[in-house]
Amino acid sequence: MASALVNVPARARRGEIVEIKTLISHPMETGYRRSQLGTAIPRDIIRRFVCTYNGVEIFSADLHPAIAANPFFVFSTVATESGTIQFQWTGDSGFSVSESAPITVVD
Amino acid sequence: MSGQPSRREFLRATAGAAAGAGLLSVLAIERAGATPASMEEAIRKVAGTAALRPGRVKLELPPLVENGNTVPLSIKVESPMTVADHVRAIHVFTEKNPQPEVVSVHLGPRAGRAAVATRMRLADTQTVVAIAELSDGSFWSDKVNVVVTLAACLEDA
Repeated sequence: MASALVNVPARARRGEIVEIKTLISHPMETGYRRSQLGTAIPRDIIRRFVCTYNGVEIFSADLHPAIAANPFFVFSTVATESGTIQFQWTGDSGFSVSESAPITVVD
Repeated sequence: MSGQPSRREFLRATAGAAAGAGLLSVLAIERAGATPASMEEAIRKVAGTAALRPGRVKLELPPLVENGNTVPLSIKVESPMTVADHVRAIHVFTEKNPQPEVVSVHLGPRAGRAAVATRMRLADTQTVVAIAELSDGSFWSDKVNVVVTLAACLEDA
């Protein structure tokens, strides 16, 4: 159900700084809202996002309820070698989604 | 009836106390939220006793926000991003959201440049603070005032 979108350039020159964009569908329920019956809606957020490049962590984020629904992140990395860039989102009530994208580095 | 309270007095006293306690707990729930003081406390939790210097960090947020549910923000830090001198982490805090922390991102020399963008929620017109933690242990900050017309977080579902 939860779907993630990642945008990584397919090809890059060695040493080039590439921009990575990620978007994942998630309500990011804050835990501060009440339903129409007055009961508190329990918190349900993504707590952590990690990006690894050929197994090495290059970017991570700790999320709090103040991050908008459908968390979106833009960051960058240096294209060092061909391989895969892995993305992992984990959160409340066992939420866990991973996604990966290949990158080809040319000289 | 001297010495002992009458049934009527007893009921009046206990009902008043119960209503007061109930009202107080409701108020406590409604008032729970970040304040400039609790933001300061959250900042101290990440920065310790280190001095926060203004500059080097550029926090960008729209000055007028119509919908606090999705507010784009971007943070750029002036840094060569080498192994010797890079940005280790960027933290974002708010004054008046229910909780002061927004996001903490961790980067390293492999990021190439210290620039991050995301989207946040804003519960009120307030100041947003971004803090960059550098590899030499120094902390730099930037703050932006944002006017919010439709608040996020606290409305009913």
